[in-house]
Amino acid sequence: MTAVLDGIGTAVPRQVVTNDDLAQRLDTSDEWIRTRTGIAQRHIADASTATSDLAFEAAEALLKTAPGSQVGALIVATTTPDHLMPGVAPLVAGRLGLAVPAYDVQAVCSGFIYGLASAAGLIAAGIAERVMVIGAEVMSRIVDHDDRGTAVLFGDGAGAVTLRAGAPDELGAIGPFDLGSDGEHARQLFVETGGTRTPVVDADTQRRRFLTMDGKQVYRHAVRRMTESSQQLLDRAGLTVGDVDRFVAHQANLRILMAVADRLGIPPERRVSNVDRYGNTSAASIPLALADAGLRPGERVLLTAFGSGFTWGSTLMTWPDLQL
Amino acid sequence: MSPVYDKVKQLLVDKFGVPEEEISPTATFTDLDLDSLDLVEFALAAEEELGVRITDEEAEQLDTLDDTVKLLEQKGATVEGAG
Repeated sequence: MTAVLDGIGTAVPRQVVTNDDLAQRLDTSDEWIRTRTGIAQRHIADASTATSDLAFEAAEALLKTAPGSQVGALIVATTTPDHLMPGVAPLVAGRLGLAVPAYDVQAVCSGFIYGLASAAGLIAAGIAERVMVIGAEVMSRIVDHDDRGTAVLFGDGAGAVTLRAGAPDELGAIGPFDLGSDGEHARQLFVETGGTRTPVVDADTQRRRFLTMDGKQVYRHAVRRMTESSQQLLDRAGLTVGDVDRFVAHQANLRILMAVADRLGIPPERRVSNVDRYGNTSAASIPLALADAGLRPGERVLLTAFGSGFTWGSTLMTWPDLQL
Repeated sequence: MSPVYDKVKQLLVDKFGVPEEEISPTATFTDLDLDSLDLVEFALAAEEELGVRITDEEAEQLDTLDDTVKLLEQKGATVEGAG
């Protein structure tokens, strides 16, 4: 069976933080942030909102447009879970009243593509007829708000899709996939403490529980991996760049996105970007961009992502005729 | 000027939108309004198009285009169809 996308919903926290807001307490400026990243604002969760809250809201938004949708499994892609255990997915399934298989996928910014692949696997194996995949993050909880290098980059949000069992020639069909990782670069995009290697036990380990990034190395690897992965995927599908109507890359940084699209030869009008309004929302960025892109039924969409690990992944789909 | 210089010039015009008349051997990346991410992108492009690897540390040290071309030539940069 082929996985076919048949629903989408999103949620972002109400509070918007602009570049000017950040410039009031950090040594940065709207101009610096815009030219380096393309980001103008981001949505930030309040202290009482956790990842499962945003994931639940996105799921509700989806189910509102698809009443009666029978969900047989739920996958949440996140790197900012509410708790070390359990995962976010069982919490969300519980709130939705779903007693179904539910688990998290942790591939950081590539998580949504990994989640889609995992869902396609459940469908192919006959384990579930319809799977909900939610990319959800509260990145603001793991960012050091005093570090001007990273504080400006990230935002919070969630996006949910449902995939159902279908046929490869249907609108909404997803696949094939190209996935990969290279753990040698684990520390270049890193949260050092708070896990089993180095638990948070004192002020020092407390200080090192924030996200750190070697921006230059991440840029190099992100551009190379997303470009190669997209090319390999197109080869595997027997397609060329000319067959791609819209290009939806993980929304980390506008310049990375443009560098990848330039290398692939994707014309500017086919590139989807909303990083200006949301910042980098990690695993939530691709569904937020899909929902925002004004996609038309039948358009072929190339999705690609890269994140901490390093991990990366790409897939293809045709956009379905959704009643939103 | 050398084929490598011409290639660097072409990269700066085509990829970074630098006006051709601003490019000279003594121009620095700062003169050309290129920021730190542009330098990483330049290093990546040089690797792809000239077949040599410039590290992030080397990219940070790059000053004038003349120095840049010298570094690329030392590393054995070659331009297809030249020489």
